[in-house]
Amino acid sequence: MRYNIIHRTTYRYESPVTVCHYMARLAPRPLPGQECPWHEVHIRPEPVERATRMDYFGNTNLYFEIEGSHSQLEVIARSLVEVYPNPTIDPAKTAPWESIRNACTTMPWTPASAAAELTFASSLIPVGPAFADYARPSFPAGRPILEAVSDLNRRIFEDFLFDPTATDIATPVTKVLSQRRGVCQDFAQVMIACIRSLGLPARYVSGYLETQPPPGQERLVGADASHAWVSVFCGQTFGWVDADPTNNLLPSDRHITVAWGRDFHDVGPLRGVTIGSGKQHLQVAVDVLPDGSD
Amino acid sequence: MPSPNPITTAAVPPPRGPYVPAVGSYDEMMFPDGSVRPHWAAFGRFLEQCSPSDLRSRADTVQQLLYDHGVTYNVFEDALGTSRPWALDLLPFLVSSADFQTLTAGLDQRARLLEAVLQDLYGPQRLLRNNLLPAQLVYANLGFLRPICGINPPGGRFLLIYGCDLVRGKDGHWRILSDRTHSPSAHGYTLENRTILGQVFQEEFHASHVRRLTDYFDLMRTTMQGLTPQGRRGGAGILMLTPGPAHEAYFEHAFKARHLGFPLAECADLTVRDRHLWLKTLEGLKRVDVLLRHINDNESDPLELKTQTELGIPGLTEAWRTGSVALANGLGTGVVETPALHPFLPGICRALLGEELRLGGVATWWCGQPRELQRVLSSPNQWVLKPAFANTSREPIFLDQLSQADQAQMLDRLRAAPHEWVAQEMLPLSTTPTFIDGKIQPRSLVWRTLGIASQTGRFSFVPGGLARVSPTPDRWIVTMRSGGISKDTWVVCPDAASAQPATPSPSQDRSTTSVIRPARPPSGVPSRAADHLFWLGRYTERLEQTVRLLRTSIHRLTGERSENQSRESAACLALVTSTALIPPTSPRLLDHLPNLMRDNRQSGSLPDLLNRIRFNAASARDRLSDDTWRLLNRMERDARLPAGTFVLSSAQGTLDTLVLDLAAFGGMHLENVTRGHGWRFLEMGRRIERATSALELINAAAPYALKDDSMLPPLLEIFDSAMTYRRLHFARPVLPPLLDLLLLDEHNPRSVAFQLRELAQHVRNLPEDKSPSASNSERAIMDNVQSHLIAFPLAKLAAHPPALIENLSSLCETLIETLQTLSDSITERFFSHATRQVH
Repeated sequence: MRYNIIHRTTYRYESPVTVCHYMARLAPRPLPGQECPWHEVHIRPEPVERATRMDYFGNTNLYFEIEGSHSQLEVIARSLVEVYPNPTIDPAKTAPWESIRNACTTMPWTPASAAAELTFASSLIPVGPAFADYARPSFPAGRPILEAVSDLNRRIFEDFLFDPTATDIATPVTKVLSQRRGVCQDFAQVMIACIRSLGLPARYVSGYLETQPPPGQERLVGADASHAWVSVFCGQTFGWVDADPTNNLLPSDRHITVAWGRDFHDVGPLRGVTIGSGKQHLQVAVDVLPDGSD
Repeated sequence: MPSPNPITTAAVPPPRGPYVPAVGSYDEMMFPDGSVRPHWAAFGRFLEQCSPSDLRSRADTVQQLLYDHGVTYNVFEDALGTSRPWALDLLPFLVSSADFQTLTAGLDQRARLLEAVLQDLYGPQRLLRNNLLPAQLVYANLGFLRPICGINPPGGRFLLIYGCDLVRGKDGHWRILSDRTHSPSAHGYTLENRTILGQVFQEEFHASHVRRLTDYFDLMRTTMQGLTPQGRRGGAGILMLTPGPAHEAYFEHAFKARHLGFPLAECADLTVRDRHLWLKTLEGLKRVDVLLRHINDNESDPLELKTQTELGIPGLTEAWRTGSVALANGLGTGVVETPALHPFLPGICRALLGEELRLGGVATWWCGQPRELQRVLSSPNQWVLKPAFANTSREPIFLDQLSQADQAQMLDRLRAAPHEWVAQEMLPLSTTPTFIDGKIQPRSLVWRTLGIASQTGRFSFVPGGLARVSPTPDRWIVTMRSGGISKDTWVVCPDAASAQPATPSPSQDRSTTSVIRPARPPSGVPSRAADHLFWLGRYTERLEQTVRLLRTSIHRLTGERSENQSRESAACLALVTSTALIPPTSPRLLDHLPNLMRDNRQSGSLPDLLNRIRFNAASARDRLSDDTWRLLNRMERDARLPAGTFVLSSAQGTLDTLVLDLAAFGGMHLENVTRGHGWRFLEMGRRIERATSALELINAAAPYALKDDSMLPPLLEIFDSAMTYRRLHFARPVLPPLLDLLLLDEHNPRSVAFQLRELAQHVRNLPEDKSPSASNSERAIMDNVQSHLIAFPLAKLAAHPPALIENLSSLCETLIETLQTLSDSITERFFSHATRQVH
């Protein structure tokens, strides 16, 4: 599938702000199943300084500074992305989950010990017995990892209520687990916490969903803004496999990957530090249209 | 490494002399046979000959000097939120120059090794790929800052300053207890302790041939200057960054900054523009070349590192990444502080440096490895557990000291997250003589030493450093946070010649840069410092006004109690009431005096004002001379009144003393401070405050005086103008000439006119606002306020008292309001009070 993506972020400041520093992660990643032939970011007011680099996780980071008093900031990212369907994996063929857990703790350097980077608590995602306990019914002894992950994915989809009023970006993952409601970001972080609490590597993925489904298909939840899901390390043969607990599916060509990292902190689409004390209003609009439609 | 001081096994003779070492541990001063180690010979003789009373009086001098210098160590946990005085032992810790030399070779290797580890971890990570370091040890470490990966640090190094804690075991070998890499501290305390003990032990210091610290700090300056990009001039140069006066080691930061001559900055003083780092000064932004960092790694940049922080400079990482500013130390250096690294260092040292590790650490196991974990679990009583990563408290846990239940619980925690813990062997520390409770006693020792990288990449170490001992005999672990006592460290040379600093080589640098009057320090005054100096001026002046007002009032509460006096006393009460220091309905000043002089919770009381003075003075600590600081300390001490019964006469004595202290403060500022913007802002603060409070008093006094002229003598006394008035008029005071003297007479340094003239002068010298919208409004305000005063027709109104009072009142109110506008305008233009938001 080929998509035209417009991601528009607007900040309105109640009292004007002067100096601002921003870090944006808006460029879709090039991947084996994904190409991004065209991408541009349009910023108003015009930044005095703009720099692009690749971060630790391989995401494109855009740094920019805005000087001078302003009451509104507008960042519009436009991308053209080609996504190919993922090769189907037979979950039964994946390795037992314990063998992956054990491979992660070996001293000789392997892809598994590299993936082990994503087994630890990170600044926004803790690990602990509460998460392990929730995950355990999906992880009986010897179960192939992708079967277990798919089951956990389904349980979170069924047990948790999608409720945009229940959480904000500051809601801790432990609270999401206990109140069983939230949005895509929360579900992704709960699932990551569960998987990591079992000693398995999981990462946080941010990206987009196709906005309008092809005729006959259901519209996916979370399509109006940027979306978040999970990727789990399924052993050397299969590598990282994505799972979307908000929609209970394993993503294919309707998900566009922008960035990944340990948690939202590593991949947030736009982070800024402003000088000024007034309130700020954030508005985000995302359009993901199949190329050629209008 | 051979033991520097071999232990003899001769039978221990009965103890002689004033010091008896502990049995069974290595003593720094004595051999086990009771004889004195050679490098302690001179100092040992002194201890033997010195009478207990002499030692006690020297210890008192140490306390007095610490107090005078205002040396503190703030403790976060301190319930009172006060700063605790720094604990310094009378007796230095002595180490022989031979021992020191062997040691520094090992320390230099250690620092170079850690630099190589940092270069690898933030670069190719070959240590992980080649199995020299478990990947989890790095990945689970919150000190490993991923945004730093790939950065090529300006100057080529992450680690410029290295610190570590050393302990000596029973075998006489030094071992590394812990490494300090992200912002090693103790330079300031090292200097301060040396300054004080150097004063207390002048002769003994010379007799022991102690090495000087000068070379080391010179090298530090050279290294920092070497980091400055070529050809940069006229910027803010090298700055030292501190979290601010609330930080536990703020004294250390300020002291070090002043000693090295690098201005002290707080995060809010700095800003990143165009991916360069700038200092906000009164004259605008100045580019920063080198930042000596004293804030935590992950609190340095809310944009890229930890976002939930009050501290940090947004964009600092990006500025460093581009190479426009050098950082000492680099960001991310905290990752190698983990003690979990210790067991892997011998292998890493061979691989990265091609050398054998010279200086070992205290035996340490990382519990993230299954075999090591088993070892700890099977014999827990042998181990001290420490968090592997410094995200939580560093307090060590002695497993053998826990109850059975607590130990079981602790071991469960360990099993649940073994990678978060290291186990260290329990090492009995060496002991050194310490003067406690009037006796010389053995105490366990930890020695913080500090090194600086030279241009060649070799590290030099301070011949001294901060030794710490435990306050009690049985403690194994010594930290300043848990009540440790610090010591000066003397590196003792065999003769006087080797103790001298290396003669400065006639370097070209010196000869070409030596000028008679160099340009003023390029950095300018940071806006925040100017802000604090301005308020220091205002609060010291407010204190003086309050002290004078209370003193004048108290004079009339004591003594002969004549009719005259009680009328004047009533006038005083009216004045005090007008300042809102006491409620308007209060009939008796005496009821309020104790609180006004003793209660720091009452706004405007003497202790409240002194607290405000202390806060602002501490915040500008690096810009105040030692004498000024001593004077402020003295003022606090002099202002202290005993609790319990309030004695009027002692209150009067206190106020008399404070008037003199404040005069000394004013004089010091007038005579000893260079006329820069820092001086100017303090001065403007004083003048605005003095003019305002004079106008308030005049406004309150005049209508009262019209009905009862007993108001006039106290008023003259508060203005310190009684003598002048008598000399001019030879008569009982009457209102119009008195108003002339206090309001309009430009020759009277207490008059309103005098303050305004001075203020106008300062305002003319303020940095110009070069922005197109600038109106240089402070000058306009001053013109306005002065013309009001000049136009006041006192002579004409003198004959019509009611009209005089009415006009006077409106004049006073207008002037007070205009001065407030001036203060606001200065605040808005020069001081930044911006709040920051991360989203």
